[in-house]
Amino acid sequence: MKVNAALVGSGNIGTDLMMKALRSDRINPVWVAGIDPDSEGLAKAKASGLKTTHEGVDGLIDHLKNDHVKIAFDATSAYVHPDNSRKLEAKGVLVIDLTPAAIGPYCVPPVNLQEHVGRQESNVNMVSCGGQATIPLVAAVSRVQPVKYAEIVATVASKSAGPGTRKNIDEFTRTTANGIERVGGAKQGKAIIILNPAEPPMIMRDTIHCLTEDAPDEDAITKSVNDMIAEVQKYVPGYRLKNGPVFDGSRVSIFMEVKGLGDYLPEYAGNLDIMTAAALRAGEMFAKEIIDGALSLEAVSV
Amino acid sequence: MDLTGKKVRLHDMCLRDGMHAKRHQISIEQMISVASALDDAGIHLIEVTHGDGLGGASINYGFPASSDEDYLKAVVPEMKNAKISALLLPGIGTVDHLNMARDCGVHTIRVATHCTEADVSGQHINLARKLGLDTVGFLMMAHMVEPRQLLEQARLMESYGANCIYCTDSAGYMLPDDVTARIGALRGGLNEDTEIGFHGHHNLAMGIANSLAAIEAGADRIDGSAAGLGAGAGNTPLEVFNAVLDRMGVETGVDVFKLMNVAEDLVVPMMDQLIRVDRDSLIMGYAGVYSSFLLHAKRVGEKYHIPSGDILVELGKMKTIGGQEDMIEDVALNMVKERQESRVAP
Repeated sequence: MKVNAALVGSGNIGTDLMMKALRSDRINPVWVAGIDPDSEGLAKAKASGLKTTHEGVDGLIDHLKNDHVKIAFDATSAYVHPDNSRKLEAKGVLVIDLTPAAIGPYCVPPVNLQEHVGRQESNVNMVSCGGQATIPLVAAVSRVQPVKYAEIVATVASKSAGPGTRKNIDEFTRTTANGIERVGGAKQGKAIIILNPAEPPMIMRDTIHCLTEDAPDEDAITKSVNDMIAEVQKYVPGYRLKNGPVFDGSRVSIFMEVKGLGDYLPEYAGNLDIMTAAALRAGEMFAKEIIDGALSLEAVSV
Repeated sequence: MDLTGKKVRLHDMCLRDGMHAKRHQISIEQMISVASALDDAGIHLIEVTHGDGLGGASINYGFPASSDEDYLKAVVPEMKNAKISALLLPGIGTVDHLNMARDCGVHTIRVATHCTEADVSGQHINLARKLGLDTVGFLMMAHMVEPRQLLEQARLMESYGANCIYCTDSAGYMLPDDVTARIGALRGGLNEDTEIGFHGHHNLAMGIANSLAAIEAGADRIDGSAAGLGAGAGNTPLEVFNAVLDRMGVETGVDVFKLMNVAEDLVVPMMDQLIRVDRDSLIMGYAGVYSSFLLHAKRVGEKYHIPSGDILVELGKMKTIGGQEDMIEDVALNMVKERQESRVAP
């Protein structure tokens, strides 16, 4: 049994998510809403047999009830998400936010997906691509011992960063830093993002630095990090340890590479995969709750 | 070359780019003393922040001796004529830092992106201009694109509200003809009232020659650093450049002797190592590597017993850009692995 879902945003992230959702055994994508009638994303959606609109959420909203849409994924931008979310939530649709708007609580599946069960939340936020790639490893260190400061550097290929990401670069750094603290468990977080235009495009790289309060327990941290990587690999097989953990005084550094499945953009764009695969994993968990009757959101106005 | 009668604004970097060469450890007292002396010499614009700009304090780039806010609050009120600028790299710093710098009394904000990524600077340039600041778009590693592409990116920054655009030779890779072509393209293609600037590094000892080429091609502002204190082999040594400009009849408004005193008496004694074209910085200039990587590569090379020059060459091959300091240790660790494997192999 599947739950019907709508995808809002037909850019890089939305289109990659659509391709993954079409393979899901819990999520049934039925609508894609974009704003550019000529976008490649909408054309792909049509070709896959989905209903489409180029009038954004407004073109979608009146069809939600008839098409039994219960979950919407928003992959637009931090600036339009609040508006989208209000309209969708009013129709009793659960919103999974892939923008860095961060209205709802953060969701980083391998760390805190289970915490969202049974909470009747109507909006959850997926932090950022860099957050999904790094926060699990901050958490892997902080579950061993207290981390007073964690910092991540996410480097993505220029070609994989669409106009929404580029306009939202401050929201990316802020939201990711907050996620490092709230979900990663570091007392203080910092995030840096770099867009590298090299040709051929570079595969996404992520560096995670943690400063532990006391001397790091090297064996326990190494094991915890490897366990967490295996957990992420369940939904992003190309999530790979390049180097580390390196221990230097109280500094723990982990060097990761994220290769994507090459669904929409080629394999270098692991930043898309880690975000869309995490969002889909969250969506599937909520779909199961809906199917089991444990989660039912009411439309505010019908 | 005839530059007689031209007017150029010199912008000093030793308290920002120089932070790289000092592992971001310049003290507040040193900041005040150097900035005051530069002010007295007639320098119009002085940059003060972490080497990687506002918000650069980090494990990746290094934690500074004091915060950007403390540096700015200490230096700005001491200036009689000079104005203070701050650098901001979107992806590292945010508009929150920009607002903080404005509240500290900064006159100029320079928003820096890699030379192909100008469209990440929209929100920052826009805000700086709205706040009434002198707003500069700073296109780094400009050797990596053709003049035509550089102009396209410059036009984006201009459209967001930048009133001055810089061609930045972050790797010290350019030769005078490269500068002439790029500054010429900017001058020819941007609005007449948009100023043009050039920021050089001395890795191939081309700081002075490149800056002269920039002026000839239409640059209004030139960056340099007293005694050259800056990343890599340093920036264009400003006291030397000012003396050259004086000989050539270019107006800078900066006192030749006072500026050489600042360099010799205040800045040189601050140096932890001689700022010169050593082998590593020469490699950077030759291979086109971001100058700020220098001391990080030396430190990591020492830790893992890998020649820092080998690390820098590899970073050049990987086409790393400004900000990717995390790749320095990654590259060294890969080299350690490779060397172990080759030792184990029969």
